[in-house]
Amino acid sequence: MIISNTQEIPGKTIVEFFGVVSGSTVRAKHIGRDIMASLKNVVGGELKGYTELLTEARGEAMRRMSYQAESMGANAIVNIRFATSSVAQGAAELFAYGTAVTVE
Amino acid sequence: MEFFLNFGITPAMLLVAWISGRILERRHLNNLLLLESGSSDVLAVTIEDLPPDWHVESGELVMGNVVISQDYFKRFAASIKGIFGGNIRVFEPLLERARREALIRMKGVAHARGYDAIINVRIETATLASARRNGKGTAGVEILAFGTAITLSGGRRALSGAWSG
Repeated sequence: MIISNTQEIPGKTIVEFFGVVSGSTVRAKHIGRDIMASLKNVVGGELKGYTELLTEARGEAMRRMSYQAESMGANAIVNIRFATSSVAQGAAELFAYGTAVTVE
Repeated sequence: MEFFLNFGITPAMLLVAWISGRILERRHLNNLLLLESGSSDVLAVTIEDLPPDWHVESGELVMGNVVISQDYFKRFAASIKGIFGGNIRVFEPLLERARREALIRMKGVAHARGYDAIINVRIETATLASARRNGKGTAGVEILAFGTAITLSGGRRALSGAWSG
């Protein structure tokens, strides 16, 4: 699965469109990480636990999107976009969507 | 006890946050300068349409993200500044640092996988709700930088004619 945020896959041509595919996941870190993050909030700086959490979650959202595209028979996703929202305390929804296509 | 909690701990926390926040900020800025001098061989551009003389061999999505939080002293200073309105200048360096860090991480991924340039770079910002205090306040701000990394048939030398990065 080739994934790109451009309108075409660079160096290839699109031969078929399948429509919008999307994947999302809602994640929260365990309470220990939240406590560590709130302590880190005093001195500021990077919250590594949350960076990791969001990287994993975004990977999962993209995997789900890829499965959907694969089941349609596509081999690439173009023009992918991300959206992040805080749905609950300490949890975040990661959403990825794009257009499934076949390229040659 | 209530009095101590309200008027004793706060100044102490402000002092600790101010000192450590400054140290961490300076260290991060130095680190950014060092990393930016090393990541200049991957060109990142926000355009999507390529110059006609670029011959792309392959492309792939690359990302870099960072979650960053403001220190207690700056949040306090910003809340006071918020009464009067205007530019909240204490928040600006933090977001700038986070964006630079995210861009460096994205370039690092592209560099490690052997790509020459990143096109259509986008930077997104999202706030994360706090896990405590009934979700009031923010736990941090996430900056995500993403783009499509490409390899060119002429390699990195093909770039030098169009732009110098």
